[in-house]
Amino acid sequence: MGYKYLHEIVSVAEKNDKPFWKIILEDDCTERNVSEVESFETMRGMLHAMQEADMHYDPTLHSASGLVGGDGAKLERFRLEGKSLFGEFMSQIMEKAVKMSESNACMKRIVAAPTAGSCGVLPAVLLSYEEQKQLPEDELVKALFVAAGIGSVLAESSSISGAEGGCQAEIGSASAMAAGAVVYMEGGDNEQIIHATALALKNMLGLTCDPVAGLVEVPCVKRNVSGAVNAVVCAQMALAHIKSAIPPDEVIDSMRRIGKQIPACLRETGGEGLAITPTAQRIVKELSEK
Amino acid sequence: MGLFDILGPVMVGPSSSHTAGAVKIGYVSRRLMGEEIVEAKILLYGSFLATGKGHGTQLALVAGLLGMKPDDERIPHSLEIAKERGIKLSFGEAILKEAHPNSTQLLLVGKSGRKLEIVGESLGGSIINIAQIDGLSANFSGDYATLIVHNHDQPGHLAEVTSMLAHKSVNIAKMQLYRSNRGGNAVMVIECDQEIPQGAIQWLAHLEGIEKVTYLSLEES
Ligand code: SF4
Repeated sequence: MGYKYLHEIVSVAEKNDKPFWKIILEDDCTERNVSEVESFETMRGMLHAMQEADMHYDPTLHSASGLVGGDGAKLERFRLEGKSLFGEFMSQIMEKAVKMSESNACMKRIVAAPTAGSCGVLPAVLLSYEEQKQLPEDELVKALFVAAGIGSVLAESSSISGAEGGCQAEIGSASAMAAGAVVYMEGGDNEQIIHATALALKNMLGLTCDPVAGLVEVPCVKRNVSGAVNAVVCAQMALAHIKSAIPPDEVIDSMRRIGKQIPACLRETGGEGLAITPTAQRIVKELSEK
Repeated sequence: MGLFDILGPVMVGPSSSHTAGAVKIGYVSRRLMGEEIVEAKILLYGSFLATGKGHGTQLALVAGLLGMKPDDERIPHSLEIAKERGIKLSFGEAILKEAHPNSTQLLLVGKSGRKLEIVGESLGGSIINIAQIDGLSANFSGDYATLIVHNHDQPGHLAEVTSMLAHKSVNIAKMQLYRSNRGGNAVMVIECDQEIPQGAIQWLAHLEGIEKVTYLSLEES
């Protein structure tokens, strides 16, 4: 993508009096040499794939390792029994985030956003918002452009790979993307979009990638929940006109530097953290005997 | 990275590198073979070997070899499908030197008896690199129509190929040359903006000093 900084997108949007999402769409049109309609419809396809994946959640499935499966249904039951600590919106977000990540671990079809490991965050927030507030579909597609634009800047100026930058680069990026999308859907302005991004990202800085047995399961699935909830929390702060004291692009640069400082043993290599706990080692042994 | 590499791809989980990337390596290998594969020896290396089971890397590679793409919901059942089609499969460990941690070596036999050996790497985010073909360096992504020509290292072959491409109005996006040693085996890898007509590829294969021509077409057959 042509943009390395969020403030660049905002200033181009303001100069041309166009919305944030349109700037991202136009950039995609130039990059891939496609029409605006084509670009928009490709994004709509991503939304539909997310909706389908959400609908086709199967609570009976378990991952190849057996570590993951069925938790989405537990959260759903809990919510339907009226026991939720949160309101409907947040409860549904939690549920959808687990469901999507479980589907991923069980080799179902999902949309990487930005990665497969973090695929639950953005759809959980978007699809719950759609159900609660009955937003027209085109608005959701535009929100996806906002999210994708933020993700592109993160990929350009930092990283969206756990192996490269730790989990802040995966769940952190997904959360930042979703936070911006929520602000857009709520009618927030461009400054609020990028400040929500910064706030969400700051809460995730330094997060390591230490999955058990090298599988996208533990802690990944449940971490999608906190990424999704964090997105809404930060969107609400931004909508209430709270700003990130550190400007958004400086936060992104911090994330890049922190990613470089995270030792290799905590970047998807299984050498430290949760991955070497006695329980994790036992699981690895059991898996190798399977 | 394009916008839909960030929001996307639509893929079967759990891992973009260990699953989606693996399907893509298999798929590109199948396209390079240019015919149905009847026998495949699938050797894994590094992290592919260590965590491949839980990520379905083997299922993914086989799915790709069957012609499936990363979003195909039949990927988890690829082994059964291969069995139904009577494809001979075997698995093992790849012995590679200084390879990327997510690598696989595929020894393939096609319907007509054609043999092909591929070393593929999954670089993350379902981006792949075909590192070797038949033991010689290649290094291409499979995102372009790609022509791979193995020839004797002697003057004139490059000109033959590029003038053929010019004649067919095919624009070269990227080109690489490798050789084992002076006067030995050489390979050119040419990534193109347009498809090369089948006839031109056959013509090339019959030229003196050209040992093997492999072509990756992106057109759906
Ligand atoms: S812990 Fe690692 S594999 Fe799991 S979601 Fe985070 S970055 Fe991805």
